[in-house]
Amino acid sequence: MEDELAISVRGLRKAYRETVAVAGVDLDVRRGEVFALLGPNGAGKTTTVEILEGYRKRDAGEVSVLGSDPAAPAADWRSRVGIVLQGTGEFDELTVSEVVRHFAGFYADADDPDKVIARVGLADKAKARTHALSGGQKRRLDVALGIVGRPELLFLDEPTTGFDPEARREFWELIRDLAAAGTTILLTTHYLDEAEALADRVGVIADGRLVEVAAPGRLGNRHEALATVSWRTPEGVVESAESATPTALVAELATRFGGEVPGLTVTRPTLEDVYLRMIGHT
Amino acid sequence: MSTTMTPATPATAMPRRRLGPVALGLRQGRLEITQFLRSRESVVFTLGFPVIMIMIFASIFDGEIAPGVRFTQYFVTGMIATGLMTVSFQNLGIWIPIERDRGVLKRYRGTPMPKWAYFAGKVILVVVIGVAETALLLAVSAALFDLELPGTAAKWLTFGWVSALGITACTLCGIAISSLARSSRSGSAVVTPVALVLQFISGVFFVFTQLPSWMQQVAALFPLKWMCQGLRSVFLPDAFGAQEPGGSFELGRVALVLAAWCVIGLLLCLGTFRWTTKRDG
Repeated sequence: MEDELAISVRGLRKAYRETVAVAGVDLDVRRGEVFALLGPNGAGKTTTVEILEGYRKRDAGEVSVLGSDPAAPAADWRSRVGIVLQGTGEFDELTVSEVVRHFAGFYADADDPDKVIARVGLADKAKARTHALSGGQKRRLDVALGIVGRPELLFLDEPTTGFDPEARREFWELIRDLAAAGTTILLTTHYLDEAEALADRVGVIADGRLVEVAAPGRLGNRHEALATVSWRTPEGVVESAESATPTALVAELATRFGGEVPGLTVTRPTLEDVYLRMIGHT
Repeated sequence: MSTTMTPATPATAMPRRRLGPVALGLRQGRLEITQFLRSRESVVFTLGFPVIMIMIFASIFDGEIAPGVRFTQYFVTGMIATGLMTVSFQNLGIWIPIERDRGVLKRYRGTPMPKWAYFAGKVILVVVIGVAETALLLAVSAALFDLELPGTAAKWLTFGWVSALGITACTLCGIAISSLARSSRSGSAVVTPVALVLQFISGVFFVFTQLPSWMQQVAALFPLKWMCQGLRSVFLPDAFGAQEPGGSFELGRVALVLAAWCVIGLLLCLGTFRWTTKRDG
């Protein structure tokens, strides 16, 4: 039975001995959506995702991924799911082209390996041994192996950790490209800007709990938060006021100062402020 | 929940072109062999080790064990058996933990590849290298140390089945023991002592019947002793069977013990094999 949800999770729990990694997560990801699980290291992101990928057993809860329970999936389930893990295995002695071709052979309806290699930007490295690739290029190869089977749903676990800024921007383009083609994407990240740049919705996870799920601009009701207006008095003292109508306040200040307001700033809480508050570090 | 109907995805509507089991196994084998041949160290050491050993032994023990029968005829059997154990038991016991640690196995588990295809690839690798290495060993021994190759079809047949059963048992045990290693580094720490002790007590480096009898009895529990004994029936004159501990080459028992180890190894593999490391939970 297919519905518009790619992933549906209710009451997911997982503990390792005494340590509770996931403490009751409810989560829905719609088809075609890019969903980011955002949280600090050790928050339970990877545990959650690896349960959804079928790598780990859960202690409790209901999980449905593309209509299957990942712990006992339907026969073709693995061909419909693409996985890009953290720190994945390499085939040092093989070339990029050989590895992608080999993995394409596992799928009934694989994409053209050369096309996939070009798509992840490794066309000029196709004949290179994988041990000669840079960190960013290896990650691109991981993505190539994750998408060569034309998955309906792609998991990306911290895909850009360790990237330089330029490599990250390029990688983001690749993800946007995949999302535009209709692939549902669940990505985990501890980078705020990554979640903001890529995700339709962000789920903030802390201490094994999903604290909030919202569009990046609406996390922590950021769009409704009061703006802080601050300025300098003629005596040189910085004053500030919180306001729901900052424009009116600025106009009033302009009248009071008869033109330019010295040291005027209008700020709203950044995603980082909201996020740090949510994960309990203020 | 929702009852919205969505059209069948293109993936399910397209005709399936999934590879058949034979093709899957063969291409996995080809991948393994390509990787092996490209890592020069493993080629040199795996193929070269038994040859170096036979050169040392043949040079030290340059005599005859009986009129017209050179010592080489005895030691070559131990070297063949050791070589087969190296490519199967040691090779897999060391490499699988490395692949597990690197996440290669985890990556395979994330694809629709059937689990058996991984093992099929390893078996093809082991058999191909085992044959190549044994052929090289025989060629060098025949050319340099006057090794007499088996003279009858029956002996070649015995050579074939003893090697096949032995390498199968060692392959399965190698896969099984790979789960004992907790990290990539500990694979060789687990496997090497086991292999070395077995070589000493199974009559690879010494004449088996000259070992203390308790040692012979311990060795008789494991496959290597029986592989050596089966191979002695191939390379030594039939009359030498009388000098074996059992009074003959006991080929029936060789087959039985090796087959039993195939079963034990298979059960251990099925029961213990891990696709992820312990810390992956």
